[in-house]
Amino acid sequence: MNVRNEIVTQVKQVAQEQKKRLPPLTDGLELLNSGLDSLCFAILVSRLEDSFGLDPFAASEDAPFPVTFGDFVNLYEHVAK
Amino acid sequence: MLQNSPASISEAISTAVDTCDPFVSSGETSLLLRDLLAGSLLGGRSDELSGSSVLIATTDQLIAAAALIELDGVARRMVLCPPDSLEEYLPSIVESAEVDAIVSDRIINHPGTARVSSFIHCDGKIVPKGYGSPGRYETEWVLLTSGTTGVPKLVVHTLASLAGAISCEPSNGRVIWSTFYDIRRYGGLQILLRALLTGSSLLFSNAQESTAGFLARVGAHGVTHISGTPSHWRRVLMSSSARLISPEYIRLSGEIADQGILNHLAQVYPQARIAHAFATTEAGVAFDVNDGMTGFPCSVLERTPGVEMKVENDSLRIRSPRTASRYLNELHGPLKNADGFVDTTDILDLRNERYYFVGRRDGVINVGGMKVHPEEVEEVINRHPKVRMSLVRTKKSSIIGSLVVADVVLRSAPGPEGDGDRQILQDILLLCREELPSHKVPSTINFVSKLPVADSGKLMRPRHA
Repeated sequence: MNVRNEIVTQVKQVAQEQKKRLPPLTDGLELLNSGLDSLCFAILVSRLEDSFGLDPFAASEDAPFPVTFGDFVNLYEHVAK
Repeated sequence: MLQNSPASISEAISTAVDTCDPFVSSGETSLLLRDLLAGSLLGGRSDELSGSSVLIATTDQLIAAAALIELDGVARRMVLCPPDSLEEYLPSIVESAEVDAIVSDRIINHPGTARVSSFIHCDGKIVPKGYGSPGRYETEWVLLTSGTTGVPKLVVHTLASLAGAISCEPSNGRVIWSTFYDIRRYGGLQILLRALLTGSSLLFSNAQESTAGFLARVGAHGVTHISGTPSHWRRVLMSSSARLISPEYIRLSGEIADQGILNHLAQVYPQARIAHAFATTEAGVAFDVNDGMTGFPCSVLERTPGVEMKVENDSLRIRSPRTASRYLNELHGPLKNADGFVDTTDILDLRNERYYFVGRRDGVINVGGMKVHPEEVEEVINRHPKVRMSLVRTKKSSIIGSLVVADVVLRSAPGPEGDGDRQILQDILLLCREELPSHKVPSTINFVSKLPVADSGKLMRPRHA
């Protein structure tokens, strides 16, 4: 499964369900400017755990929090290796 | 704890502001506490409310704080409405709290009964105080917290019980507090009182403001002390503005602080003392943990001055002068057991001389510090004609503490992922979204063939998170 494609699909799905308007998902997009609130991120991370079988936020107590969409994708790509 | 119990909060502030000039700020408006004390934000009409039961239902936190300061010791009772209080419960709140006056900065059309005889509109302007001499009351402070059926519980405190955990050491104007919480809830009210009673300034959050905007304001004011839930802090750490603030003290409460968030905060704010606290609206502030580790040492149970704690049937019980006295609405039953202990229903697990919170006996789900009673969500799901029964439970979230998940039994067996089932799922979600705030809507709905039911016919709820 392509990590980035799956993340993009799930982000769009969550945004649609929660009636949030998404800007273009560029790597430089700051997550907090994506229109998604904490609940949306929690649902997204839960769905991605179902997709990839892992939650990078729970897996490490020390990995830095992602700030941009690119950081977010990298985090999953890194742990999915 | 306050050494010389003041008759009212304004009396306590008068003493505290003698040595400095603290302010309160909501972003758009900043006021000096001495100006607030000298004048009135209630149109100079507070003496009309002497001995009344007053509902404070403002949009603006600063006006709510001003009303509390002006009415403590004057009103018989103050009922503090959080901003998201559902208007449908207003008549029930007015009846239960015998409200006879409403203070607000907005129009409230349907207080529900003819009981309310006075309405004071606040426009945020300070005017000269009235000349009446109101009576002196030990005012009840009534806080709302979520109840099983949706009707909020009305929890009765006094200034003394709310301020029981606050040190009276004056800050000499050096400390500036801020909080992500709304001051109309227990966690936020604690910070308001901490600031007011120690002569510190306070920056309010604003629900309409972005995280980056709030952090910029906090940084610009040089906030030294700041509190929020672990979920609030995770959002801060996902912001490029996280380093705009440089607090000396970070306080987490309202949710379990896991090791991850404690480590991250220590990395980003190495200068800060980081504490996580345990408190509930009913039990009051119980204890702080300052060792940078999740959970708490078992010695805390025996060695917390002024607070008695015990673990019975795995759940934490608390008795102290900081606990609330009772619920105003009888339907919620007694707040304390016969021995005066409040059962928090928080289940503790003891490992290596340390206690860890592992869930709630009553199945209550904590979504980013907001409580969700499973029964309330199940009642909505069960309204769908094709649903036989449902069980709402928690799913651990590394972002927001917990998410709401529903297991649903349909009246007819689900097909193999057929379109019909997908439509039912969408219909249930739509129903939930129409009837419930977003944090209570299940993030996942699973169709299952059966649910665990006890001999009594009651659903068997999973005991741990």
